[in-house]
Amino acid sequence: MFRIGVDVGGTNTDAVVMQGDKILSGVKSPTTEDVMSGVVDAVERALADSGTDKAKVTAVMIGTTHFTNAVVERKHLARTGAVRLCLPAAQCLPPMVDWPNDIRDAVGNHFWMAKGGYEFDGREISALDMEELNRIAVQIRDEGIDTVAITSVFSPVSDKMEREAMEQLAKTLPDVDFTLSSEIGRLGILERENAAIMNASLRALSERTVGAFGRALTKVGLTCPYYITQNDGTLMSRDFVQSYPVLTFASGPTNSMRGAAFLSGKLDAIVVDVGGTTTDVGALVKGFPRPASTTVDVGGVRTNFRMPDVFAIGLGGGTIVEGTGETLTVGPRSVGYKLTTDALIFGGSTLTTSDIAVGLGLADFGDKSAIADLKDDHLQAVRARVNEMLTNAVERMRVSPDPIPVLAVGGGSILVPDHVGDLPVIRPEHFSVANAVGAAIGQISGEVDRIFSLDGKTREEALAEARTEATNKAIAAGAKPESIELLDQEDVPLAYLPGNATRIRLKVVGDMNG
Amino acid sequence: MGDILREVTDGDLDAIEIGAAILGTGGGGNPYIGKLRCREQLKMGRKIPVIPLAELPDDALVVSLGGIGAPVVGVEKIEEGEECLRALRAIERELGVKVDALISAEIGGANSMEPMLTAAQAGLPVVDGDGMGRAFPEMQMCTWSIYGHREAPGAMADEKGNIVIIRDTPNDVWLERIARSVVVSMGAAAGLATQPMKGDFVKRAAVPGTITQALNLGRAVLQAHKTNADPVQTVINQERGKLLMTAKIVDLQRHLKGGFAIGHLALEGFGNFQGDSGRIDLQNEFLVFRRNEMVEVCTPDLIVVLDSDTGLPITTEMLRYGQRIAVLGLPAHSLMRSAEALKVVGPAAFGYDDITFAPMEDI
Repeated sequence: MFRIGVDVGGTNTDAVVMQGDKILSGVKSPTTEDVMSGVVDAVERALADSGTDKAKVTAVMIGTTHFTNAVVERKHLARTGAVRLCLPAAQCLPPMVDWPNDIRDAVGNHFWMAKGGYEFDGREISALDMEELNRIAVQIRDEGIDTVAITSVFSPVSDKMEREAMEQLAKTLPDVDFTLSSEIGRLGILERENAAIMNASLRALSERTVGAFGRALTKVGLTCPYYITQNDGTLMSRDFVQSYPVLTFASGPTNSMRGAAFLSGKLDAIVVDVGGTTTDVGALVKGFPRPASTTVDVGGVRTNFRMPDVFAIGLGGGTIVEGTGETLTVGPRSVGYKLTTDALIFGGSTLTTSDIAVGLGLADFGDKSAIADLKDDHLQAVRARVNEMLTNAVERMRVSPDPIPVLAVGGGSILVPDHVGDLPVIRPEHFSVANAVGAAIGQISGEVDRIFSLDGKTREEALAEARTEATNKAIAAGAKPESIELLDQEDVPLAYLPGNATRIRLKVVGDMNG
Repeated sequence: MGDILREVTDGDLDAIEIGAAILGTGGGGNPYIGKLRCREQLKMGRKIPVIPLAELPDDALVVSLGGIGAPVVGVEKIEEGEECLRALRAIERELGVKVDALISAEIGGANSMEPMLTAAQAGLPVVDGDGMGRAFPEMQMCTWSIYGHREAPGAMADEKGNIVIIRDTPNDVWLERIARSVVVSMGAAAGLATQPMKGDFVKRAAVPGTITQALNLGRAVLQAHKTNADPVQTVINQERGKLLMTAKIVDLQRHLKGGFAIGHLALEGFGNFQGDSGRIDLQNEFLVFRRNEMVEVCTPDLIVVLDSDTGLPITTEMLRYGQRIAVLGLPAHSLMRSAEALKVVGPAAFGYDDITFAPMEDI
């Protein structure tokens, strides 16, 4: 079985060809404005390098930061209608209340609050008012809005009202895309609604982008199915990502960490991904990134996705080095993509960490004579500072005194010493295309996050019930039933609620069918 | 920082949010939603006037009010917006009085914000002080209750228009108990206002200056972020507190008992505390800190858990295995340490019959 993994980053598009667990080839190609030609180029070269017959490729997995970038840059976002089912509750904080103005303007700030929503125990706050929904539908139609996000209070407990409201609105709005918050996020209405609205605003872009991926693969001559990776290292089908583009947010760091785990064979480790401007440090637990426990901002909008816990520091291959001795600074400023013109070794006039790496003999590129003047004690001082920065970042992500390894990946990882503190550093083969490898090994998941009542039921029984529910979701999404295992479970008892309510979050993963 | 706080403005809210969460000692609910609601009030042109405790007229009528419910419901079923205002009006109608000022029962967590936004709606000032100087789970644990004020009648209002008056109770434990069962049928979120207090009593019984304290705490953390100073040390300096331990969480247990989140975390020291082991017990809030199995700080003194890098507070719901934290002890106000107070908020009140409270400074 041959698979292709592709990572479409802001700067580079990487592609790898894998046969089972073996990496046959890995290439980097510049990302292009139209996305498509960069993908075509990378995939064609990776196929040619590996000598693989296209007909034998069974799946292509693509990781992309396209949708995150659209939000960050406020580009390609569609005018979106936000409908919240809540009245009379929740009207003091309307949808998008905590968004930065520029992104609220970019999606049009169109919202409606209507009757509906549930209590924590599934009772109705108020019943849906179909006449009210009809009036809202007419206003949405008159505004010319063609994508709508529906959020009901406590929809993670019951999604029934969101569905019924969608059906009612669709009678007037047959061609509108609907995003239901219950399918996207967890408890915490503002964060879940934010994610649903962002998702709705990205659906047109998603359709175009996924279409471009498909055409790129057709152009290469690949007829197999293709998948997009989501932020937990698992895969979404083409249809699924068209409906849920926000689930790709933060898939970049996830893919690079999962790729690092695969390339090194280490399931528990600290991953240090050194790019041009920043270094991302994350922790692998059982082969998956440890998730962040707090809310995560995307382009200034608060969400509660399960994102990898990544600590970023301003250190990369293009980081600017200034001063000496007491006044020495390393970063956070960087020459960025201008490294190949501005660094000393490339004929420029700015001292960067890449110059230092070449001076120290850690790397061999550019014009060495340009840095002949650098004194050894200066080189060593910079090296010590870089080591200190990396040690602090790694210590922060470390969860136990166990001597787990540090996996160094990314183009700038030459800067990582052989030991970080007391931890040994491993530089896996193909480290520069770890993201594409991470995409290629994506798995299928199923997740549950809702409140269970422990009246007449033990905690273990509730967990088992949640696990069955998650397993069924994974199978429906295309996982092999026999390969499914528990990835993560967490139960948080809810203070002050009767009936010993507990909130269970649980996730299972399995290998992809076929 | 010596300025007397006369008004809370938009620029103060981020700092108060952080400071109130720090004083929440792990519980009290998240002040984020309340902050946004205060901001909406200010955007409408309303004001949040603050009256220093010492300037409160002796005969002023002051009502303690706030949200009651489950923190997790508060972030999902956001309030309609005027629940506390309706509860306030209901108390005024019930007693035929006009209230002069509002005060928070609990500065720690979400209920720091509720009186401020109700003040904006009602056109009343909010008193710079509160009934706990921190967070505790129940109404009878606030200073007015401890120092002889009877909270009944209490009025509760939900988003649907229900108003419930609890007219007579033999003591505040009953008021708490009945209010809890009412709030469950209301959907686990309601506004609660209690029997007005006279200004001279509030001046004696309230923990003074706690809005200012939360504001200054939050400002200090934000300032430390700006200047790359150590935010944990900043908090300690600000509060004359003590760094108890920098540690990693090596075990975490939480379960439910009688509607409360109960559990403990085991800690392993790092940095200057390498080799120390620690344990924090929690019942919604952090209650007892032990070093190497010896009790060092306990309720009502404040046990604060901060992210060791950012100095931002970590609530009990956000705790997770492997987190790197700084544990701080902050001394409770003397009103919370008296013999009467310790009966209600001391270690024995939470089931620790074997622990005798000793002020953290004495250790």
